[in-house]
Amino acid sequence: MSAREYRTVSSAQGSLLVVRQAPAVAFGDQVLIRDHRNQLRHGQVIRCSEAEALIQVFEGTGDLDLENTWVRFLDQPLEINLAPEILGRIFNGLGKPKDNRPPILSNVRRNVNGSAINPAARTYPREFIQTGISSIDGLNSLVRGQKLPIFSASGLPHNRLAAQIVRQARLVDEESSFSVVFAAMGVSYADARFFQEEFADSGVLGNVVMYINLADDPPVERLALPRVALTAAEYLAFDLDRHVLVVLTDMTNYAEALREVATAKGDVPSRKGYPGYLYSDLAELYERSGRIKDRHGSVTLVPVVTMPSDDITHPIPDLTGYITEGQIVLSRELHNQGVYPPVFISPSLSRLMKDGIGKGDTREDHPRVANQLYALYAKALETRNLAAIIGAEELSERDRRYLRFAEAFDSQFIGQGEDEDRSIIETLNLAWELLSMFPKDMLTRVSETDLARYHRSDK
Amino acid sequence: MSEKQGIIREINGPILTIRLPGIRNGEQVKIGELGLFGEVIALKGETALVQSYESTEGVRPGEPVIGLGRPLSVELGPGLLGSIFDGVQRPLDKVLLASGDHIGRGIHLPALDRERLWHFVPEPASEIGSTLSPGQLIGRVQESAIIQHRILVPPDLSGELLELAPEGDYRLDDPIGQLKLSDGRSRKLKLYHNWPVRTPRPYRRRDHGLSPLITGQRILDTFFPLLKGGKSAVPGPFGAGKTVVQQQIARWSNADIVIYVGCGERGNELVDVLETFPQLQDPYSGHRLMERTLLVANTSNMPVVAREASIYVGITMAEYYRDQGYDVVLLADSTSRWAEALREVSGRLGQMPVEDGYPAYLASRLAAFYERAGRVEAQNGATGSVTLIGAVSPPGGDFSEPVTAHTKEIIQTFWALSKELADARHYPAIDWVGSFSEHVATAAQWWHREISPDWQRRRGQALGLLARDAELARIVNLVGPEALSSAQRWELEGAALIKEGVLQQSALDPVDTFASPEKQFLLLEMMLTIYDRGAELIELGISVQELTDLPLMARARRAKQTYSSEQCDQIRTLMEEFRQAFAKIRLEYAKFKEHTQ
Ligand SMILES: Nc1ncnc2c1ncn2[C@@H]1O[C@H](COP(=O)(O)OP(=O)(O)OP(=O)(O)O)[C@@H](O)[C@H]1O
Ligand SMILES: [Mg+2]
Repeated sequence: MSAREYRTVSSAQGSLLVVRQAPAVAFGDQVLIRDHRNQLRHGQVIRCSEAEALIQVFEGTGDLDLENTWVRFLDQPLEINLAPEILGRIFNGLGKPKDNRPPILSNVRRNVNGSAINPAARTYPREFIQTGISSIDGLNSLVRGQKLPIFSASGLPHNRLAAQIVRQARLVDEESSFSVVFAAMGVSYADARFFQEEFADSGVLGNVVMYINLADDPPVERLALPRVALTAAEYLAFDLDRHVLVVLTDMTNYAEALREVATAKGDVPSRKGYPGYLYSDLAELYERSGRIKDRHGSVTLVPVVTMPSDDITHPIPDLTGYITEGQIVLSRELHNQGVYPPVFISPSLSRLMKDGIGKGDTREDHPRVANQLYALYAKALETRNLAAIIGAEELSERDRRYLRFAEAFDSQFIGQGEDEDRSIIETLNLAWELLSMFPKDMLTRVSETDLARYHRSDK
Repeated sequence: MSEKQGIIREINGPILTIRLPGIRNGEQVKIGELGLFGEVIALKGETALVQSYESTEGVRPGEPVIGLGRPLSVELGPGLLGSIFDGVQRPLDKVLLASGDHIGRGIHLPALDRERLWHFVPEPASEIGSTLSPGQLIGRVQESAIIQHRILVPPDLSGELLELAPEGDYRLDDPIGQLKLSDGRSRKLKLYHNWPVRTPRPYRRRDHGLSPLITGQRILDTFFPLLKGGKSAVPGPFGAGKTVVQQQIARWSNADIVIYVGCGERGNELVDVLETFPQLQDPYSGHRLMERTLLVANTSNMPVVAREASIYVGITMAEYYRDQGYDVVLLADSTSRWAEALREVSGRLGQMPVEDGYPAYLASRLAAFYERAGRVEAQNGATGSVTLIGAVSPPGGDFSEPVTAHTKEIIQTFWALSKELADARHYPAIDWVGSFSEHVATAAQWWHREISPDWQRRRGQALGLLARDAELARIVNLVGPEALSSAQRWELEGAALIKEGVLQQSALDPVDTFASPEKQFLLLEMMLTIYDRGAELIELGISVQELTDLPLMARARRAKQTYSSEQCDQIRTLMEEFRQAFAKIRLEYAKFKEHTQ
């Protein structure tokens, strides 16, 4: 670490600082900035030439005066210390303690940017995780090592759902529970508090590490936070052999911080002012989940994305959907009808479900049951639309059956208690109760064996 | 090969400014103490702009940079098949051994294994003293159980054959022959050669596509066929099924060789191929699928610049097998990520963006890339083809965005995926209204010859029924189902049979995942026969309900997953049962009529 301080700051704007006559600093290096009050700020070199270095300051450049600013180049990238003791602790976006307890001492130091997992080192995620939530387990199953975001919108209960997942998630035939990395970017104090209490009440606090950047904390720090948190997750999973569940909330705040910095740097904007590299930047984060050959642990990612103006085609949910392995979409309509969790299954998807369910994993009929429910629900929604136009009384008896099905499906299958932890078998049995509203001949997505075994008409 | 050294002056993410007089545009460089891989993309006086294929974190101004004297090239020779390479053709399994689970930087490994012995059989026609022309066949190597690798004179060399090794086992670096070039110098020939990826490999002339690429997917083969040597695009919003379509083609198509380029997509999708293909059987040769497959992986978290290179690396390898006389399919998932990589670099170079931040040359680059597809007569007279299938990922699923719009101008077959169909779990979610194929007439010749002279008529009838379905649905939404006549309601049932029984095809169902052309046609024929015969009965006055209540109907809907391509006779039997059931209804109805009159 160089002790030399440079007092050659030539400009400061937004979160960016230019230092002239800097030594040959390395791209990506950490920087310490001392202001006129002797306060320290942290920064990172984001462009460097022989003549000057451009620095992104996590705390922003507000209140700096160019004359009285001293810059020290630390000669190292952003790294954090890791040890098993991180569990139970709270840190900020740069990995510094936020709980008035001492910093982590360790000789394990990791660069938070990580580097890409070699695809040849991965193994395909296939172990079913039971969340106890029917709309997820039955129809959009989560598997160990998957990245499955919750697409939500302001005012919808994504936090409660995320907390319920964290509380209930387990492997069907394994006792081991998940370690949790909780990464909050730009969340309100109340939301952060909610999660803290949730973890405390369910007695898992000792198995949780939290990285928190509140709404009034410096926005640029949000860019470092998920990287720091995922570095910790990788350590827990691949050094300590744990199964790790990472909750990232709210990725929309992260992307907004990225846009802010990109605009200041003059990067060419693409859609809605977000930089063209938003996709790659998000992918660098999301792709850190997964399973690795010959490693016991895993990193499962559940990011929360609130869709600006409920718009799923907005660049943030859109690019997220292009990277993640599916999405759980919450609906305002269901929420307003009092359905919890308001999971709208049509646009929801789990791409890794196929290898994690069925015979040997959940139950043999599971894939076909999910398929059949989806097909019926799609038809039922069509019928609902029709009923809205021409009136339900105009419908045929056959069509009215679809309406009754949709109603029962929303209230009994999708809807469940916040503390209700349904086993996958309970979920599938419930599914058959609903399927049995239809005669066997109409259920062509399930097999004849399934019908003989599970259809209620004979029982 | 001359190495020139210079220094780094500025680092701006993946773009560096270097000072290196005499360097050429397009030349490869080694960057900094770490020796990162890069390429010169612009010259400005004594300075040059370089794009780095690897993260530049930790690189400082003043560090050295070395010009390697050649453009980005790939190694072409036996050992490509069954491998997985990164976007600049580094062998990822070897990288794994060198740097562990995460990809390290500055690792330079040859693409092809130098230790492995290959059994070389010289071509009897290549006599010592004869003149060899570019691309000429000099010998063979059995590369995998199904693929015989043909060793060719590099496309830019010719001359008198001075020596040719006898049959025997050789390593890649062992000389297997010697040529005397026209300038008198001599050149050693090896089992492999290098070729610059941005230069299309030469061929004698282009041929027309003749036969369809059979993919085993009904909506593709029967409705929107693609010819071997054709170009097609699969656009669609996230989760609509682009990757599944491409992987299904990789599994089931009747190509000789499949090159799958994961360009800016998920790591797990490549793992899926890597884990399943060695187990799966090629339905044509019966051998393991991996023996004809080659993967190029630039996953979304790998550096953006190598993403731009990855599709050129893929297509160059495809052309190489084409030149050996093979039918190659190149799947690029997703070309949008490649276009975004172009945009990223052009943005950093300060080039003027024209649409959505893309540079003005987007359209011409796309066209030039797709132009490398085609069926050709190679330099050596063999006929081979490269079929190019590119996924397109339009932001927000909006097909009017630049990459989709420009691609649509270039390709011949367009498989448009729709979010509405995917949301309703109608898979493959290929929208029959927005999709098209310019190959129907040519494909029809094949179908009429091989399967049934009725193919084009039946295809047209099915599409007509689907169009009627959309019309009637609009009416129902205005005035309710009661306004429809029986004949119209039967049309809706007919369209539903086509959708469920023919168009929908589950990639996950062990039986339904692949349908032979014969099975495809029989299913179509059966659904339309049910419709036609039923329509006659309805005309007589029989109710729609009586027909829909037939237990046989559920069997028709299930036929695709009940009977495999080997059980086509049972589909015929089922069709016969329908004919009889309908005839019986007609008879009973006639009796009933007689009785009541
Ligand atoms: N033919 C099919 N049969 C069964 N399931 C399918 C089929 N096509 C698509 N799916 C389902 O849709 C999911 C999404 O498909 P896919 O991954 O191909 O989407 P995509 O268009 O490539 O999305 P992205 O742009 O995000 O990569 C699959 O995981 C699978 O569950
Ligand atoms: Mg895809």
